[in-house]
Amino acid sequence: MKEDINPPVRNIEEEYHINIGPQHPSTHGVLRLVASLKGETVTSLKPHCGYIHRGIEKMCEKDTYPQVIHLTDRMDYLSAHINNHVVCLLVEKALEVDVPERVQYIRTIMDELTRIASHQLWWGCFGMDMGGQTCLLYGMRDREKILDAFEESCGSRLLHSYYTPGGLMKDIHPNFQKKVKDFIKYFRKKIHDYDCILTGNVIMQERTKGVGILTKEEAIDYGVTGPTGRASGFSCDVRKRYPYGVYDRVGFKEILGTKGDTFERYMMRMLEMRESMNIIEQLIDNIPAGDYTAKMKAVLKLPAGEYYQRVESARGELGVYVVSDGNKSPYRMKFRSPNFSNLSALDHICRGFKIADLIAISGSLDFVIPDIDR
Amino acid sequence: MDFSIYDLTSFDQGIDKCLYENLTPFWATVVEMTLIGLIFLIFYALVALFLIYAERKVCAFMQNRVGPNRVGPYGIFQLIADFIKLMLKEIIPIKNADKFLFNLAPFIVVIASFMAMAAIPFAKGLHAIDFDIGILYVVAVSSMGVIGVLLAGWSSNNKYSLIGAMRSGAMIVSYELSVGLSLLTVVILAGTMQFSAIVEGQANGWFIFKGHLPAVIAFIIYLIAGTAEANRGPFDLAEAESELTAGYHTEYSGIKFALFYMCEYMNMFIVASIAATVFLGGWMPLHISGWEGFNHVMDFIPPFLWYLGKTFALVWVIMWFKWTFPRLRIDQVLTLEWKYLLPINLVNILIMAFIVLMGWHF
Amino acid sequence: MKSFFKYFTGIFYGVKSLLSGLSVTGKYFFSPGAIVTQQYPENRKKLEMFDRFKGEVVMPHDEKNHHRCTGCGICGNSCPNGSIEIIQDKIDTPDGKKERIIGKHIYHLSMCTFCGLCIKSCPSNALAWGQEFEHAVFDRSKLTKILNKPGSSISKDIAE
Ligand code: SF4
Ligand code: SF4
Repeated sequence: MKEDINPPVRNIEEEYHINIGPQHPSTHGVLRLVASLKGETVTSLKPHCGYIHRGIEKMCEKDTYPQVIHLTDRMDYLSAHINNHVVCLLVEKALEVDVPERVQYIRTIMDELTRIASHQLWWGCFGMDMGGQTCLLYGMRDREKILDAFEESCGSRLLHSYYTPGGLMKDIHPNFQKKVKDFIKYFRKKIHDYDCILTGNVIMQERTKGVGILTKEEAIDYGVTGPTGRASGFSCDVRKRYPYGVYDRVGFKEILGTKGDTFERYMMRMLEMRESMNIIEQLIDNIPAGDYTAKMKAVLKLPAGEYYQRVESARGELGVYVVSDGNKSPYRMKFRSPNFSNLSALDHICRGFKIADLIAISGSLDFVIPDIDR
Repeated sequence: MDFSIYDLTSFDQGIDKCLYENLTPFWATVVEMTLIGLIFLIFYALVALFLIYAERKVCAFMQNRVGPNRVGPYGIFQLIADFIKLMLKEIIPIKNADKFLFNLAPFIVVIASFMAMAAIPFAKGLHAIDFDIGILYVVAVSSMGVIGVLLAGWSSNNKYSLIGAMRSGAMIVSYELSVGLSLLTVVILAGTMQFSAIVEGQANGWFIFKGHLPAVIAFIIYLIAGTAEANRGPFDLAEAESELTAGYHTEYSGIKFALFYMCEYMNMFIVASIAATVFLGGWMPLHISGWEGFNHVMDFIPPFLWYLGKTFALVWVIMWFKWTFPRLRIDQVLTLEWKYLLPINLVNILIMAFIVLMGWHF
Repeated sequence: MKSFFKYFTGIFYGVKSLLSGLSVTGKYFFSPGAIVTQQYPENRKKLEMFDRFKGEVVMPHDEKNHHRCTGCGICGNSCPNGSIEIIQDKIDTPDGKKERIIGKHIYHLSMCTFCGLCIKSCPSNALAWGQEFEHAVFDRSKLTKILNKPGSSISKDIAE
């Protein structure tokens, strides 16, 4: 349980530091956390990022807008479709293109599938962080079904580059709808297994309830968004507040928590998977006929000015800010990645908890390191 | 009952007599000890290899995988390959490590598990030593392994190792109580601490059936505490892969790592075989009073197979725990012991004593 | 009394939750049909990739060894990574004019990020996705491929 680690004078001499990462089984990438410990209790934590910085924002400055898409895939590779979406939306907004209805439906479905796939993998990794290695394999197994559906339509499983400004690379595969419906039928059964093996488990509940509490005010202060922010009661779902795609036409609940502890963050994602399935079920049979891409010019030049567009990625609010000088490539492109803001709250919420809790907390924040560093 | 067909006592005594007739008593003892040592060494290695293989297959099936299947049919030679790899691997010297303790630690762990194995009766007349305080001996010896773990953690000069070792120390000290007390429940029922006598006492029914509910509770507590003693998931805090990379053996490589690795499995095997011996009748076949034909058929299965069958069934249960549950946190581990297992255990012993006093057991 | 009651209900629900977890893994242990692992090198014969699978960029040739590439270089320009190099060639047409054709369409598989822009942007649909995925080689230079086959020429309907 939480220990008070802020007595008036913190005895620095008694503390020691350990490096968690950059090579560590539970940082899921090359994040380095330097934890100061007193016994097993974390007194402070310094995240060091940048180990996988690839300069994506700088690279975007030399690329044309369609070329930028394939770089965004590689930021948060678990929600590649959603990353593609944000750039496409921005270009379409700036050029005032009317995107066909069909495209918007397909994009929304793809986004939600991505969200489920991402949460499945997160569930597996979280289970593994907690020490239940079997979870990882179950998460991976079920995710495979979505990836198969993606592969058939988009050609690849992880980095799709499927959206283009104005539409899609290709129309969906004729089998796509059937596959998705099969998946939903399958997964509604399997998610019950998830609950049996982890959600209801007394060990897991004891380990996560009341651990790593982030209040609503703090969530807003740190800019924590996504399921993590919503667990604290911060209503920040971009899909509800600034609808894009066809989110304004489907009925879905914004899942909100109250306590903001690790268990609540966990539950947010479990419920979101169910909600995403509801969204997909509403759309999958109603995809209107039409073109899979709007007529676009061969070279896209955004009018000079500044643009901002946001979407709800699997981890929170993903924003892209573009300064254009009227050329075919952006003058400056900046991504507001949800993981970076979420990471900033980690130090605050893990103080006073044990190392085991730190792992659980950072697992519940669901980091994708390349998205932090870009 | 007639176990004469599989009784090895006369065989043992024959060898014993033969040696003493032909050699001086000193050399006869030496030869006997060497023989037993060799047999145990081979048995130890074989069981450890088999268990590692079994664990990989069991966890694979639980996770919808097939497990090792490349080296040899069904991957049975995978372990040999792994073993050769570990043997040939460079042993990395650790800077500023306490060399002597660092090298000593794996051997302490191995020796502890070796000594514990000596007391286990594998079949009638097939055990190395038959103390009349067998249970006390096993409890005492098996808890020695933690010294090796502590030394490994301390001497590696690594903070991960140290944290892992400290956790392990705290955990084993507490769970030792539950192991001892749950075995004591059976000792009350059996009226003896001698393993052979305990097994003989189960000829007409295993203690888990004879002792009513208290025996079942003691069995469950023993399994939980034994899992903790063997440092296995969900009590693998000392290793805690996702927290401490590999815990107390982070810095070990090559053959020394292999020793730790083997020990983990042997400890599990010892825990399971003690549970099988004490609660499930050891090498004693399953007998149901009244079913003469059934009992007779059961007698034809060699006792050694009965013993192995029961032990591996329990090993499977322990593996099942590991591959299902998330790991406990250190304070949860201690809460579980001091707030749940220990009080329940104490009450359980009282009830058992009462039952035995009233003669309500079978 | 109340805390006493809570103690036992706690144990009861705890054990129940553990058992429900055990039932899941136990169920899968005894249902080998649920195994999802693919036996990769063995199933190679049967393994079929989806026809949209992005394995590599290829230039389809018809049975007369005709491709559709005019050597315009648009694909190279639209590639974000410079994975495509176009070496143009000039030939004399029968009516005495010089015409630009493709000399070498060089594709660096090692630099390709499979974004598909080259295929999308090609005005004469000369490129397509190939389903080959076993790209591991011992020498990096083997990943540089020349897509137009030797001796091939542009098919008639494009040339017009
Ligand atoms: S492949 Fe297409 S785009 Fe590339 S040079 Fe040939 S015709 Fe032009
Ligand atoms: S797929 Fe993309 S990266 Fe690869 S060659 Fe074509 S344009 Fe270049």
